[in-house]
Formats: sequence, structure tokens, C-alpha cells
Amino acid sequence: DDKLLSEPLSHPDFFNVKELFTLKDLFDARVHLGHKKGCRHRFMEPYIFGCRLDQDIIDLEQTMQHLQLALNFTAHIAYRKGIILFISRKRQFCHLVECTARACGEYAHTRYWQGGLLTNAHIQFGAGVRLPDLIVFLSSLNNVFQTHVAVRDAAKMNIPTVGVVDTNCNPSLITYPIPGNDDSPSAVELYCKLFRMTIIRAKDKRRQSEAVEELR
Amino acid sequence: LRLIYTTTAVQRKNVGASGPEKYTEAFIKKQIEEFNLGKRHLANMMGEDPETFTQEDIDRAIAYLFPSGLFDGHARPMMKHPREIFPEQRKIQWGEDGRPFHFLFYTGKQSYYSLMHETYEKLLNVEKHQDQLIAQDLPLQKEKRNLAGSRWLTKIELEEMLLEKLSDDDYSRFIQLLQKLTDLPCSDIEEKYIQKFSKELPVQMQKVVIEPLQYDEQGVAFSTGEGRRKTARATAVVYDNGTGKMTVNGKDILHYFPVLQDREQLLFPFQFLGRIGKHDAVCTVSGGGRSAQAGAIRLACAKALRSFVTEKEVEFMRQAGLLTVDPRVKERKKPGQEGARRKFTWKKR
Repeated sequence: DDKLLSEPLSHPDFFNVKELFTLKDLFDARVHLGHKKGCRHRFMEPYIFGCRLDQDIIDLEQTMQHLQLALNFTAHIAYRKGIILFISRKRQFCHLVECTARACGEYAHTRYWQGGLLTNAHIQFGAGVRLPDLIVFLSSLNNVFQTHVAVRDAAKMNIPTVGVVDTNCNPSLITYPIPGNDDSPSAVELYCKLFRMTIIRAKDKRRQSEAVEELR
Repeated sequence: LRLIYTTTAVQRKNVGASGPEKYTEAFIKKQIEEFNLGKRHLANMMGEDPETFTQEDIDRAIAYLFPSGLFDGHARPMMKHPREIFPEQRKIQWGEDGRPFHFLFYTGKQSYYSLMHETYEKLLNVEKHQDQLIAQDLPLQKEKRNLAGSRWLTKIELEEMLLEKLSDDDYSRFIQLLQKLTDLPCSDIEEKYIQKFSKELPVQMQKVVIEPLQYDEQGVAFSTGEGRRKTARATAVVYDNGTGKMTVNGKDILHYFPVLQDREQLLFPFQFLGRIGKHDAVCTVSGGGRSAQAGAIRLACAKALRSFVTEKEVEFMRQAGLLTVDPRVKERKKPGQEGARRKFTWKKR
């Protein structure tokens, strides 16, 4: 059992997430497009490559690194049978995100966030509830363009977060931010595809390792 | 498992805060076993066959063994199947390893949101089908669904279906989504799904059976009707091939109702259908006063005339108010007041 858990930690990219995407894929899916200069958040300035005709362009080299770290982290969490919760408050992609979550066998929350879901879970759900071990934000803003409450609640409850941060978002409380576009359908479909593939890959690897252990 | 800081107050079992009592599966199973055993004992006591002892027999036996003078049916002793007594509740939502079963568990309202998700998926399906038909240049069918004949489930019925509390906003959003789905041209594909949430409205007129005409010895067609107004009760027999003569309690209407207003009331059904000189009527009436008797006979004649007339004209009569019983009766006098509404004179000092 110990060997099962410690073996993936020895390699930097045990699940080989680098091969899932290339820079060209990100560019074709319009991940580099940000909002206008006026919407720019101060903390996103390091991630911005430049500004053309008032529209911010996100640095895809940095996005590649961040995406690789984030996917690696989700793969490890999925390998250790953690609960992953997908959050997106964009109405366009609500159905897509829920379908992705269902396909992975994980959980989704694309609806109105009730105040005490994470912080007051024992009373809202029941006595022995298990909270998510990772929260993935496919859009870290809510419908009023403020940071989603779940970012702060996850930080309070010591839950690591992975989040796609656009040029108008605040990346401070998110553990693995991924600077990138969260408004285009092509970009969000790409993210959903990547997360789904990593999680399925990690779960398959886990099942294989367990089968190998049983055979011994 | 993460260490989450909680105070001892939350860890202590607060009996009141845990909500309504949760019945476990084992408890309900035991109750069902006890019920079946008790049913057999009861059958033996009553001297009947335990195998063929139905719920009606149980009710009769209990009413016989425990006679009760209580007015409220729910307060009397009853012996029903535990599934009817203990309300259906949600069981524990997660497995042994802690992972919840439903993928929308962390939203709080999982059944409602999964319903919305499913309905939206059906909507997307229908739109895709529509696009395919347009691409092939086929016509979009629209059979006229009978909109007046059905209604959507009410909020309470939906709550019972989902076993979850809904708010008014949630309910209205769901109904709007269903309406959007039905308004699409190709929604016939998902007819089965939509029917789960709609109920048939029984059309008013279908319930009432119009009696057929009867024929007396000379072969003249006649029909009877009953009517009431305030305390008056009347029966009318309307004959065909008549001259417009009307008799009440053996007397002619001119003698029985000297006032013009009452005679107008009597003639109204005939005048409405345009059959003034064509029918004879023989009526009996008792109770009430002058006006009440006239109203009662009017209703009785209208009811009798239904058998002579087409269904469309019956619908016209119903809409004119000729076939409705007038529900107005004398309101009782209340204590502390002079009459039903009149209060005693108020003196300032």
C-alpha cells in the first residue's frame, strides 16, 4: 500500500501529462485571449504577454508550465482516490462541466453556491460527510464578476484549488492557477477534455497498480 | 481525512438540531415484519383466513374491535402498512469510503439540479434533431398538443417526487424550462419525458351525464329535472309537442306566481333556447319563499331541457348560468352582532 502511494511521487511527471497538449493546441483553442486593458487585474500582470489593440494576450509559455503542474497535481489526487469538485458559474458551460464531471466519475457544482456548503458541511449534509479533496475552477468568477466564494472557503478548509484565471480574476488564493481564457467555448472544451483525460488516466493507472499488487 | 476545527458544542449530539427523526432501513423492515405478523393475528381473532386478509378487512376489524367516537379520522386507531405511515426519506448519500453516490451531491439540492440537467439535455437533443431536419430540408412537424387538457405538476407534487424541499423560484424555473421544451416544434421526440410532469385536467362537462329522453303512453317525449334554491326543492317534468302551458303544484303559473318577475324566471330557460311555445311543464315545489321557488323551478326546467337539446346548446346554457346551483343561502347570525353582518350601535361614551 505504501509502495502504491510513494511510487508516483518519485517521478516529476509520472502520469506524462505533457503529451496531452501542445502550445499550438492552446493557441488554436484561443486560450491566449484575455479581456480588455481596462478589466485587467493587477495580480495578473506577470502572466500577460502583451496588449494588442487594448486586448490583453496571455503568455502561453507560462500557461503551459502552470497547466502542466495543475494537471499533474489533479492526476496525483485522482490516483489517491480523492474527491474532485468542478466549479464554474458560467451559464454557457454549466451543462458541459456537469457532463465532464459525470464522465470522470467526479463531482460538479455549477449552480448557485449556498453559503455554508464547505464551512458548514456537517450541518448542511449530515454528520459523517467527506469534503472534496480538490476543487477545480473552470471559471473563478461568479455571475457578478467577483471572485467565487468557494476560493475563500476552500482556503479556509485547507482544500487545494486548481483554477483557470482570466485577466480580470484574482489568482491569489488559488494554489495552482492556470492563466488562460475562460470565456470562449473552444477554450473551455479544451480544459474539460484535458481534465477528463488526466483523471481517467490516473484512475486507470491506479487500478493497474492495484491489480499488479494483488497478483504478487 | 482532514482535521477540521470544530467546537465541542457541534460534536455533542444536539437532539433538536438533527431535524425530523430519520428512520433507518432496518427499522422500517422490522416495522413491516411486525405489521404482517399483526395482520395474521388479527385475521385469526376475527375468524377469517390469514392469507386473504386485505387492507379493507383490517380497517373493518379495527373499527369493530376499537370503536371510537372521535370525529377526526386521523385520530382514530388505525393499522396501516408502514410505508404509508412513515414518510419516504432519503437514505445516507455516500458509501463506505465517503464518496457520495450522486455527482451533484455537493450542490445541496441534488435531485432538483439533476432534474434540471436532464431536462436541459432533452432540450439540446430536440434542438439537434431540429437542426438535422432543417439540414435535410424536411418539414418540422407540429401536432397540436391539447394545451387546455393538461396542467404541470404543482410544487407540492414535485417536492414529493424529488423528496426534497424546493423554493418558489426553483419551481418556476423548472416549469419555464419545461415550457421552453414543449414550445419547440420537434418536441414530440421527448413526449414521454414531458408526460411525467403533466397531469390530465378532467373537463367539467364530461363528468355530467345527460339522461336520454323518456316516452310516455301516447308516445310523447318527456324529461325530468330537479332544482333547488335557498330552501326550496323543485322537480319538473317537461313534455314535448306542447303549447307552452306550465302547472305548478296543480295550479297554473298565473295563479301560483302573481308577480311578473317570478314568471319571467320560469320562462327564461325556454326563452334562451327559443322554445317558448313548444314545451309543456308540470312542476312540484316545496319549501322556501316566492322567489326561491321560482329559482328552483327554473333550474329544474333547465336540467330537464338538456335532454332535448344539442351538446353545444347545453354548453351555452352552462355558460349562461342556467345549469349552476345558486349557492347563496341565508348567513347565520353571529353572537355579539345584531345580524349576520350588522353590528350593534357603537356609542363613543
